[in-house]
Amino acid sequence: MPQSPTEELPVIWIQGAACTGCSVSVLNSVSPTIKNVLVDEVIPGKHVNLRFQATVMAGAGHLVIDALEDTWKAKKGSYVLVVEGAIPTKGDAAYGSIGEDKDEQPVSIASRVEALGRDALTVIALGTCASWGGIPAAQPNPSHCVSVMQLFKSKNVTTPLINIPGCPPHPDWFVGTVAGVLLNGLPKDGELDELNRPKVFFGQLIHENCPRRAYYDEKKFAKKLSDPGCLYELGCKGPVTHADCATRMWNNGVNWCVACGGLCIGCAAPGFPDLVSPIYEKTPEVTLPKIGQRVVQ
Amino acid sequence: MHKIVIDPITRIEGHLKVEAVVDNGEVKEAKSAGTLFRGFELILKGRDPRDAVRITQRICGVCPTSHSVASTLCLDSAVGLGGSIPDNGRLMRNLILGSAHIADHILHFYHLTALDYVDVTKVAKYEGNDATLNSVKDFIQRGALGPFMPRYEGDYRFPDAVDQQLVAHYIEALRMRRKAQEMCSIFGGKMPHNVAIVPGGVTEVPTVDKIASFLWRLNELRTFIDQVYLADVLAAAEVYSDYFQIGSGCRRLLSYGSYDLDGKEPDLTKRKRLFKQGTVDADLNLSPLDVSAITEDVKHSWYDDSTTGRKPDQGETIPKEGKAGAYSWIKSPRYNGEVYEVGPVARVMATYLSGDERVKSIVDPALARFKAGPEVMFSTLGRHLARAVSCKVIADTMASWLLEIKPGEPVYQEYEIPDESTGVGLVEAARGALGHFIRIKDKRIANYQCVVPSTWNMSPRDDKGQPGPLEQALTGTKIRDEANPFEVVRIVRSFDPCLACAVHLITPKGRKLGEYRIS
Repeated sequence: MPQSPTEELPVIWIQGAACTGCSVSVLNSVSPTIKNVLVDEVIPGKHVNLRFQATVMAGAGHLVIDALEDTWKAKKGSYVLVVEGAIPTKGDAAYGSIGEDKDEQPVSIASRVEALGRDALTVIALGTCASWGGIPAAQPNPSHCVSVMQLFKSKNVTTPLINIPGCPPHPDWFVGTVAGVLLNGLPKDGELDELNRPKVFFGQLIHENCPRRAYYDEKKFAKKLSDPGCLYELGCKGPVTHADCATRMWNNGVNWCVACGGLCIGCAAPGFPDLVSPIYEKTPEVTLPKIGQRVVQ
Repeated sequence: MHKIVIDPITRIEGHLKVEAVVDNGEVKEAKSAGTLFRGFELILKGRDPRDAVRITQRICGVCPTSHSVASTLCLDSAVGLGGSIPDNGRLMRNLILGSAHIADHILHFYHLTALDYVDVTKVAKYEGNDATLNSVKDFIQRGALGPFMPRYEGDYRFPDAVDQQLVAHYIEALRMRRKAQEMCSIFGGKMPHNVAIVPGGVTEVPTVDKIASFLWRLNELRTFIDQVYLADVLAAAEVYSDYFQIGSGCRRLLSYGSYDLDGKEPDLTKRKRLFKQGTVDADLNLSPLDVSAITEDVKHSWYDDSTTGRKPDQGETIPKEGKAGAYSWIKSPRYNGEVYEVGPVARVMATYLSGDERVKSIVDPALARFKAGPEVMFSTLGRHLARAVSCKVIADTMASWLLEIKPGEPVYQEYEIPDESTGVGLVEAARGALGHFIRIKDKRIANYQCVVPSTWNMSPRDDKGQPGPLEQALTGTKIRDEANPFEVVRIVRSFDPCLACAVHLITPKGRKLGEYRIS
């Protein structure tokens, strides 16, 4: 029986005011492996065609900028744009640029994300910087960084946006979201929360599934780092952070922040880092969301 | 005479532009420019000092672990714990850092470098039974070759069978670097951006099951490093041996040393370390390290000229985008006013020249294979060889640290944040000497500065007009084909640039709290 040709999903991955940690985290994907994602049909009959990703791609300079612009024009409306990092908006291209234009002038990150975002099938804001602004946008925000959501709002870009926060995001959150697009198309009503996060990964608080939760309920709090007990009084941000780290765990399931006694620092929370700092000070109880309020009606 | 501009330089961390002026096929002048600015040091000002360890990791997601160690050593000294971290804490920090460096070195050689030398398309001709290579062959035959195309064409020299094997190793290395990150996470909590390394020690409590789980990942990695990574570097050096003469650079090296073998000496320039501290000159003389000889120039960087020439702990920087004569966000660190390269060559050669038998026993046979002396380490290939040596030395030593851990003994020492204090943290990141400097006032960060490896290596011209190490390494290079300037990108990537690290800022302003709301 003749096979139908493999369906290619073009992906453009842009790095703004970023640290590459999101890229490194996605390289840590276990099943599928990153090799499966890049080379194989990650879903039968479908292949992710990563057209531009500065950390891994072979070419450099105008070669890759041409590849970027060719994909933008030739695949209008059918490519996925992944944005890693926040978007500097100060001083046009002075605080962050990607390649040059025909007149050898640097092209700002903001104008790249706006133009590529407008013509994408969907945009994935990957990581806390792209989703909320993150550390580059922390006070006093020296380069006037904004999130993708803020940039799109100010430029009236209406392309569907999926936020996958986390500093870094878990590889499963990204790979699972892309697999969802390949299998079912864009997220349906009710699959994203009010901040465009996939509920399947961000529907619950760390605190709701924490293995140290029983200590919290019994008010048995760790007195110093490396002690057993609930880490809330040492500053754990699990009670205000929506993510499934407690059940998914990290790096092939070997560990995660609370299990290693290092406490949840709230890296996926919209206010990271300003609203969840000082990190090692207790979060006031009055600000805590109620347990189960997003899942149990 | 014309100019080759490569923007962006890919397969590095961050945003880098390189310009090379070429005349008669030879680079006459080169400029290295960091094109992204975030301002971490300004963001740190006014915060709780403990938060610096978590925030500075986010300078770079490729080398966050090194930042966490530098920041923690800096805080240890500022809070008065510089000589009294529990042994378990010191050992586990070494193991977390070592895991990260192994992951980083493997990533650099296979995933950031190899595509400059290895022709992936040769796998289309593969006729064997290896499932991985056949899956790559299928991929090539489907025809959508991103991210492996487009690329420079021409100078790929390996025979087909070697290219095919190296592609298989590229894929195996993806798994091995992931495994090294898992190993890091066993004591670090997660990767990238660990949470376990804190001032006072670590938070993770070691148990025998974790030690065993760590040990057997390490054993698998050691086999890969010995039989695959080091062997592939040497195989590449055979076929591309001209790169022992290309990209030599400034021929001065600086190492902060790394991996504390003893926690009792508070002065990090004197602490007993696996890799040694010191500077090395062109004649391979090793000298002691003096941190007070470091200053940072900004004449050709987008910062106010009034701040030029300061020592890091006195540093103040005011951004001036568009300043005349400037071309980079990177500053120019200098040592006694001279240009120094940092990185694996520096730490390996400082250790080699100190007479370390373990390092000599790896370096000498490798050089003997090429009938070369240690002076060829100042080169593109020398950097790759030193990186593999560094990786092997770390991996070989980690097993003994692992067995020194005493489950049940303390990992962490409590402390008070002083009202006023200063601290210095010095460590080797995978890509070279990394220094953090803090001043605490009213229990808050009054000033924080990072002088990172790529600030040294990618620096622009200094106030005297001396080009930085990368700029010097590019100058004089013969370019065979200007449309496919392999020589330029091979030299650039041999430094393992990390641009997110290289660009940052301090100003005297305070900070206001954000107005975010948690949903």
